[in-house]
Parts: sequence; structure tokens; C-alpha cells
Amino acid sequence: MEYELSAEQEALREATQRFLNAECPLAVVRELADESPGYRPGLWRTAARLGWTSMLVPEEYGGGSVSGDGLRDLAIIAEECGRMVAPGPLHPVNIVASTIATAGTAEQRSALLPAIAAGETVVSWAFCEPPSRWRAQDVRLTATATDGGFVLRGEKSAVEAAAQSSHLLVTARTEGGLSQFIVPADLPGISVTELKSIDLVRRFGDVRFDDVEVGAATVVGRLGAAEADVEYQLQLALSLQCAEMVGAVDRVFSFTVQEAFNRYSFGRQLASYQALKHRFADMRLWLEACHATATAAIRATQARADNAKELTSVAKAYIGDHGPEIIQDCIQLHGGIGVTWEHDLHLYLRRVTLDRELNGAPAEHRERIAALIGGSET
Amino acid sequence: MTDPTPEELLEFRLEARGWLADNMPRQDGDRVVRGDPFQGRLGDAERVRRARQLQRTLFDGGYAGLVFPVQYGGRGLPPEYQQVFAEEAAGYQMPLWLNASTLAIVAPTLLEFGTEEQRQAHIPAILRGEEFWAQLLSEPTGGSDLAGAVTSATRQGDGWILNGAKIWTSGAHLRDFGLCLARTDWAAPKHRGLSVFIVDLRQPGVSVVPIKQANGSSEFCQEFFDQVALADTALVGELNDGWTVASRMLFHERRVVGGASPYAGVVRARGRGRTAERGPEADLIRIAADAGRGADPGTRQLIGEAHVLAIVRRQLVQRVTAGVRCGKLPAAAGSLQKLMTATTSARISSIGLEIAGTSGVVYRPGDDIAARVGRDYLVRQASCIGGGTNEIQRNMISERLLGMPKEPRANEDGPFQEARRTSGPGRR
Repeated sequence: MEYELSAEQEALREATQRFLNAECPLAVVRELADESPGYRPGLWRTAARLGWTSMLVPEEYGGGSVSGDGLRDLAIIAEECGRMVAPGPLHPVNIVASTIATAGTAEQRSALLPAIAAGETVVSWAFCEPPSRWRAQDVRLTATATDGGFVLRGEKSAVEAAAQSSHLLVTARTEGGLSQFIVPADLPGISVTELKSIDLVRRFGDVRFDDVEVGAATVVGRLGAAEADVEYQLQLALSLQCAEMVGAVDRVFSFTVQEAFNRYSFGRQLASYQALKHRFADMRLWLEACHATATAAIRATQARADNAKELTSVAKAYIGDHGPEIIQDCIQLHGGIGVTWEHDLHLYLRRVTLDRELNGAPAEHRERIAALIGGSET
Repeated sequence: MTDPTPEELLEFRLEARGWLADNMPRQDGDRVVRGDPFQGRLGDAERVRRARQLQRTLFDGGYAGLVFPVQYGGRGLPPEYQQVFAEEAAGYQMPLWLNASTLAIVAPTLLEFGTEEQRQAHIPAILRGEEFWAQLLSEPTGGSDLAGAVTSATRQGDGWILNGAKIWTSGAHLRDFGLCLARTDWAAPKHRGLSVFIVDLRQPGVSVVPIKQANGSSEFCQEFFDQVALADTALVGELNDGWTVASRMLFHERRVVGGASPYAGVVRARGRGRTAERGPEADLIRIAADAGRGADPGTRQLIGEAHVLAIVRRQLVQRVTAGVRCGKLPAAAGSLQKLMTATTSARISSIGLEIAGTSGVVYRPGDDIAARVGRDYLVRQASCIGGGTNEIQRNMISERLLGMPKEPRANEDGPFQEARRTSGPGRR
């Protein structure tokens, strides 16, 4: 969270908090754990009216942001979602919307953006390939040109809301390089295998493409030249993940500090022990640093700055390492209750652990940084 | 003071860029030149003389004391201008020696607590590079407990007589003046019997002894005061209210060490010859290449980690500065900056040694880059001790930012002369 938000952004934050507290408290998140889609379409439409799906969509297609900087506004929502471990495919829907809005054809924009912005349809990005390959250069799914179209062959993995999506943005290898296709998820040859997730409400699927025939009108952006779009999508994904992790960790830290004031042992407040105070001080520092680096990544991505690739990887590497560690230490400071199903701590640990691993774990981003600053990739 | 517009800052940036190119010398090669620590830093006197000249050039060009009031020789500009100037000054030789204590700690303290005569006498001279100051707070027996100072100033006639010892002043033999914390009332409680004085370090009764550090260098000194006579006009702030003055000096110190001082022209990471604009990775990449490990995945992880930490440190410093300025964080948040800078620097030092491997510990004579990493490792903890230890910063963060109960202290309210203290010589 940035320290200096505009009045409109503060209002957005408060509206998001009010909505989540009223409609989607943690008790509801626990109920959704047993429901198949992991979110309720009715709630998603309400969230859409509050801006969850419109920040990266132009006004003429039913979108619009609060400040003019759509990603910075969206990151406020993502952070609040982290604070409440909120359900809903916030990240893939916005990533796909952003690319359709900037690189899609007029037909693609009118066909999809109004429905996305209204929360009527859910879309997702099929990028990762098994096993756990999150780099553009690792994309092996092929799109082979035919008369009037393409045939997609290959596998995608860990596609969020795959079974709930009407369309998939598929990153594929074509003759000239990377290309992207926006395809209906129910085409013949597409099969989704639902996966289990460590998160209670985020759903994922593996998607197979067995000789899937698609028309030329499904190409998004320039054929064979989608590298920049894919890189930007990854930066968006990392920005939103980092905002979400920071929100989750901030909330956990804050109720753990409160716990240290409330609990007494050996006749003393927990908060009075120097051994614990110093751990809280370290966590306070790491949390502030998580906020700082997430904010910098979001701003750079918003501005499409030259160093956005570097700063999103820096943020992911730092928050991905420190976020889960802060929560683990907060569990330690809670004692036995911290490892029970009853306490909400594990809901946060689940979400942050998921975010840590998806879109490249910290080690992969350290390698990405080493390649950026030190020469060629290994 | 109104916030400068981006256009105003851009105009200033372009002016500064042109002026720097025309007037300031570039750094030699890609590093600030350093002496071989084993040679005992013989070149310090020459470097200080050079720093005074550079400061004078800045002053004549109108780029010294950008944030200082006009009546004391400054420009009276908002801190954003200093930040812009520091960015533009990267790559140029800058008077780093005058930065930390003189410009960023002593000068703002004199602005806040000095008499008009003291300000007029010293601040313009400081901005012109004519005065090189020390802060005389730490004592050999005191450790982190600065308010337990036992250096004494005794009333004699119209003035004071100073006796005692201070420690951890870098290059004290080259400095002109110091701000010295001394006990002026032994019957008062610990924090209420202290006063701060201006001490001329070149006067009779003052002797300076260098301290040899674990890596062989002698960056710091110990100063002894034997019947040193001070005029009544040497007192800074109120008599017996010296802790208030010293606390502000510590505040300014945390800011400059944490990299967030608006008074410092350029920021130098402690113990390393770099400006804030350069990360550690250039050194690490070179060491890895020299050691034949440029493609080793483990080494690349370490290089990536060092870069992440260096970038996040800078982001943290900027965020906390913004948070304090808009009132969302208390001033004590400077401890976050100090702790981040210290722990980052220590970790990067360890990473350096890990990448250097054998060449960090067994090397040919000379100033090889890997050997330097090994020697830096020997004083790795210095960044976590100087300017307030990590433990003190963690107390500050938990107590002042999180509101947790303060550590119990003994004998804070009784007469200081009855409090238990470290006995005998010590250097902690």
C-alpha cells in the first residue's frame, strides 16, 4: 500500500473492505472451500460493479479506473483481497482483459470486454507448462498454420479457474516466435483436468490441447511477436501477486501484534519480552520492505518502465521469501492454536504459499535478475 | 515551503548536470579510490584536504547546503533538490568525508540548538569546507548506553574544564571541532545532568589515538581530554539538557546511515567506496567471473539475492522517508532504515566472501578485489554496531513503532553518581 493515496483511491479501498467484510468474511471463504467453483458468480458480479474487473478495461467497453492508473487502483483491490483471503479469479481475468484491451482486435474487444467488465464471464491465461515452467522461452505448445487458421497441440498447467472460464488466452509457439490466441474453452480437443490447490478457494486445472482447430481471428496481437505482451502479462501477474501477499502478511502481522498485547504468560504480557520484541521488530522491517518493493514493482509496471522486468522480479523474490516466513513466525508466536484448522492463520499461509510458487518461485526470479544484470541466461 | 513541481526539478536537474560536467572531476575508473588498509590509510590527510576543496567548489557553484537556510550560506530549497543533485552527482568526486558527521549531523544540530552566534560562526564555514567536525558521544565504557556518559565538564570561573575520553570517531586527528556530550551535574538523574559543548580538537589537552581494527585498517580514533578549557559560549542548547541535543544528533545519524538524510550530498555505504547509485553486483559479478563461477547456478542465486537486497533497501529507505514526511510514520521509523541498511550490508558482505571462496582468504599481495571482500568480511558487523546497534534499533522499532513495553532500566531516576557502571577500561 502506498502511503499517499488520493481521496478516490482511499474511497476505493474502503469500498472494497466494506464489501469483503459484509459479503465475504472468512466464514464464507471457509464455506466456499467445499463448493466447486470456489467463488459465487453472484458475488463476482457485485465485485465487478465495485471495479474488480474494470480497471484495465477502457471506458467504451464498460471499464474505467479510479485514478487513471488502472493497475495502481487494481493493486489496492488485490491487497484488500489478500487481507481477506478473498475468492474470485481476480488475477487471470484482469491479465487477459488488459491484453485484449491493448492488443486485441476490435471484434475481440467488443465480444469479450463488456462481459468481463460486467462480471458475466470469466477468462483465464493458459501460460505455464508442465512441469512448472513459467518462462516464455519454455513454451512448447505449438500453433501450426493451416488453411484459414491454426491447430493447437500441447499442454498447459496450473491454469487458474480453467474449468470456470469461457475463454482462454493461450500462449503458443508459432513459426516466427511466440503468439497468443483467445479461444473458447469448450472447443473440441480442449480438455480440462481439475487440480487440488493448497488454497481453499482458488481453483486450477491442467488443460490439454489435442489438435484444436482455431480460426485466424483468434490471434491476439502480432503473430509470432507476442514476447512483449507475454512479458507484460507476467509483470501484471507478479504485481498483483505481490500486492495480494503484502495484504495477507500485513493483516496477519497486525493481529499477531495484538495477540502479543492480549496474552500473558508467567504474569507478563508477551509484548514485554525482549526476545519477542526483537522478532516483531524484524518482522515489522520486512513487512515495510515488502510494501516498499511491491509498490515500486506496481508503479514500474503501471508506467511500462524499462526496469519493470527487474523490479517485478525483485519484489517477487523478496516478498516470496519473506512473506511466508513472517506468517510462519506469527504462527510460532501464537503457539498451539496457530497450527489448528480452527484458527484463520492457515488460510493466509495457504494463499501466500500459493502466490510464492506461481509465476516463478523466488529462486527463478533471482536467476532472472542475475541474467538481467550479469549477462546471458544459463 | 511548497513542494517543487516536476518542471522545476527538471530544470534544476539539467542545470546541475551541466554545472557538474563543467566543474567537478569524475571518479577515477569505476570505483572511488581507496588506500590499501594494510598501509594504515596514509592517504587520509590528503583525501580530507581534497574533500575540503571539493566542498568549496560546490559552495562557489551554489550547490553546497541546498536545504540550509539562505542566511547561513545555504539555498533554502526543499529536500527533493538535494535528492536530484545526489542522483546527478553519481560518478563525480564528492566530498564524502564531510558528509556524515559535519553536514548531516553537526550542522542540522547547530541549526536547531545553536545560538545565533554559534550558527553564524560555524554553518557558513562548514558549507565552504573550512570546518571538519566530529560527534563526540560514545565512550570507552558506555557501549550503547550513551546517556551514561562519564566525561565530565566542571564549572571553572566563566567557563568549563573538560576531562574524560570519547571513542569511535573516524579520522579524529584530521577534524577541527566536535560536539561533545559531557556530564555537568552528577547529583542529577542520568539523563538530566548532561550538556553538549563545542570542543576545538586542535587545542591543548586534547590527544587523539587511532584504533586498529580487525581488518588492519585504522578508520576510527579514541580521543582523550585532559583539563581542556572551554569558554561559556561553547555550550550548545540548555545546561543539563544535553540529552535532548544528543538525541537529535542520533536521529540525524540514523537518517544519514540509513541513507535518508536530506542534508547529505551523496550517500556512501559504510566501509565501502561506492555511492548510493551503484549496487554491489558489479563487484560480485566480477569476483564470480574471476573465480570462474559466472555460470554456476548457486553463485547466480547469490548474485540475484544481493541485487534484490540492495534494491529493496533503497526502496525501503524511500518509502519510510515518504511515510515520515506525510505523517503516517513517526520519526523513530528511521530505525527501520538503519536496521535495513545494516542487515543488508552484513548479508552482502557474507555473499561476497561466499562467491570469492579461496581467493577471498588466500591471495597475492596487492589490492585484489576478492581479497578486499575477505577483509571487509572481518569487519562485517561494524555496520550492525556503529550508529546504534541492531539491538538498539529493534528496541526502538518494537517500543516506538509497535508501542510495546519499554525495557526496564535501573537507577534512571536517582542521582547518577550512585548508579552502577562498567568499571575499568573497556571499549564497548
